[in-house]
Amino acid sequence: MSAAVAAGVPIEYNEAVIKKFVIATMFWGVVAFLVGIAIAAELCWPTISFGLSFLNFGRLRPVHTSAAIFAFGGNALFATSFYVVQRTCRARLFGGEALANFLFWGYNFFIVMAALSYVLGYSRGQEYSEPEWHLELFLVLVWVLYAVAFIGTVLMREEPHIYVANWFYMAFILTIAVLVLGNAAALPVSFFGAKSYSAYSGVQNAMIQWWYGHNAVGFFLTAAFLGMMYYFIPKQANRPVYSYRLSVVHFWSLIFMYMWAGPHHLHWTSLPDWTQTLGMAFSIMLWMPSWGGMINGLMTLSGAWDKLRTDPALRFSVTAVGFYGIATFEGPVMSIRDVNALSHYTDWGIGHVHSGALGWVAFISFGAIYYMVPALWKRAGLYSSKLTAWHYWIATLGIVLYITSMWVAGIMQGLMWRAYDQYGFLQYSFVESVVAVHPYYIIRLMGGVLFLLGALIMVFNLVMTVRSPSTQRQDAAVPSGAVLVGA
Amino acid sequence: MNFLRQDFIERNAILLLVLTLCTIAVGGIVEIVPLFTIETTVEHVKGMRPYAPLELAGRDIYVREGCYLCHSQQIRALKDEVERYGHYSLAAESMYDHPFQWGSKRIGPDLSRVGGKYSSDWHYAHLSNPQALVPESLMPRYAFLAEQPLRYDRIADNMRTLRTLGTPYTDEQIASARSDVETQAAADSPDADALKKRYPKAVTVQGDGHQVTEMDALVAYLQVLGTMVDFADTTTEQLQQ
Repeated sequence: MSAAVAAGVPIEYNEAVIKKFVIATMFWGVVAFLVGIAIAAELCWPTISFGLSFLNFGRLRPVHTSAAIFAFGGNALFATSFYVVQRTCRARLFGGEALANFLFWGYNFFIVMAALSYVLGYSRGQEYSEPEWHLELFLVLVWVLYAVAFIGTVLMREEPHIYVANWFYMAFILTIAVLVLGNAAALPVSFFGAKSYSAYSGVQNAMIQWWYGHNAVGFFLTAAFLGMMYYFIPKQANRPVYSYRLSVVHFWSLIFMYMWAGPHHLHWTSLPDWTQTLGMAFSIMLWMPSWGGMINGLMTLSGAWDKLRTDPALRFSVTAVGFYGIATFEGPVMSIRDVNALSHYTDWGIGHVHSGALGWVAFISFGAIYYMVPALWKRAGLYSSKLTAWHYWIATLGIVLYITSMWVAGIMQGLMWRAYDQYGFLQYSFVESVVAVHPYYIIRLMGGVLFLLGALIMVFNLVMTVRSPSTQRQDAAVPSGAVLVGA
Repeated sequence: MNFLRQDFIERNAILLLVLTLCTIAVGGIVEIVPLFTIETTVEHVKGMRPYAPLELAGRDIYVREGCYLCHSQQIRALKDEVERYGHYSLAAESMYDHPFQWGSKRIGPDLSRVGGKYSSDWHYAHLSNPQALVPESLMPRYAFLAEQPLRYDRIADNMRTLRTLGTPYTDEQIASARSDVETQAAADSPDADALKKRYPKAVTVQGDGHQVTEMDALVAYLQVLGTMVDFADTTTEQLQQ
């Protein structure tokens, strides 16, 4: 207590709920990577699902995507947003223990139920929006309460200004609510059954789905994780954010432009040309605000680049921003209609998604968790920074194998599908392109296995950080719950 | 306009939220609303009809099993795709699809015009064991669909729900929903003519004969895909969006 009293502001942050979210993040991360490996293996050797309905690719893929995005990513966002908002507002989490605990158990209950529903054969049949109507309704309830807890904390803040990380977290919470409400609109067949039909059909359904789908990427997987970047990189590097002005400009332009980019998922389709053109134009423009964020993150390291040698956790965060830059350059390129003619429907898209999901989302989360765990559990430091370095290199190698194999496979598929022979006939049957990518699917699987291996090393390292006597703090007299302000 | 200065906005959480909401609203409104109001967004072509009850049940199975995760139903307006799969897809062709199943990845080939391309027997054999017919295939086995009896006692409720959402099912179609399922799942039912009058181009299928299975429904759905519009009878003008 002494340190906090000395600082004049004895605030007890709610750290118990953050700890729970951190544990859930690691648990779901391992689950998401495992299921990813399982379905990657099914694409190498399809008979390993044994014809069992609940092991088939079609039912397991939503489990993988939901576990990666909503379970792993979502829990990481709950954990970090609650960590960041309390500290940058110097206020205890709004709503008390009960609300915080409901958010943890409610959100994770939603995830378990969604995953179970997919394997048992319930799905709305729209990507990243598969849960049936009753689960979506429950999610909306949880989400509204999340907004209450987060915005409530911001309103109770002791600091006059709202820190930049919180702009991004708030934009994320608000926009996801708008997107889910817009896209999940459906009419149940019966109040007592799970089956519902989407309120929209055909081309309008497609546009609304990708307005939702692309902005699930833009706000769930980008804006929110930029919030993470804006707190943890300055903390890890012990440097202020590079440019306040840049953060203002790129925040407003990013959230404005992202919302237009959805139609690039529908190039050359029966979506009218004018919509495709708008989507393409804004996707290309989106490159600039995206790189604004990247530059702001990387340049924060100015004068502290040497820390990359000594702090492997910071290495994760900084590499994440690098992958963010790669993915947000690749995205605009792929959204050009003529590039998209080649890349769409191929594994290039899968590679692109994973350079974002593994390189950016997972790495920035790993960096934040390596930073938070010693702070939350009041330990002197990580159990082993050598193991963190091993995790870093194994995971990076995994990502490199994953995205390079998918580039090759995707471009090869695209070229084979459009190849003509000397007589003017299509040169390849579809199944020849399936055979051709087999070796790359095996390389991709190896990449995934390496990524999981890295995560398991991380779990071990974190457990030992909490448990090992070697990480005990010298000033162990600080009672749990009391924290150094600004720590 | 002091309230639009960042220095002011970032000290006022509610203002920050309101301005964020305004900023994110624009793109969606401009891109989505006109798709409902511009009359030519969905082309005016002849032949489109709501799915027959068995096809609808098959479609629900297609959605449930996540077929869209490997198969697109959208032929793009590109030369090689049109040559490989047939006429490029029209917006009209998915106008009764709740939800749309255009897909975004082709681990297997596009299915938007698979109807009539193979015999129903081929589909039964292929769904049960894809590798028996296409050794290199990555598709899982769906033999279990042939074991599961189709639950269609409430199929009329599904059609009523879709009618509320705008699908033009007639009272007659809803009233005969259950018997239409049985008619379409039998190879030579005397009611087949009445069924085809209600649902032109519906393909009758036959599994093991004594009960309607989920596989019967799925095959009936696959066999109607892309066959409703007759392109020989369609002018370029009708295809203008």
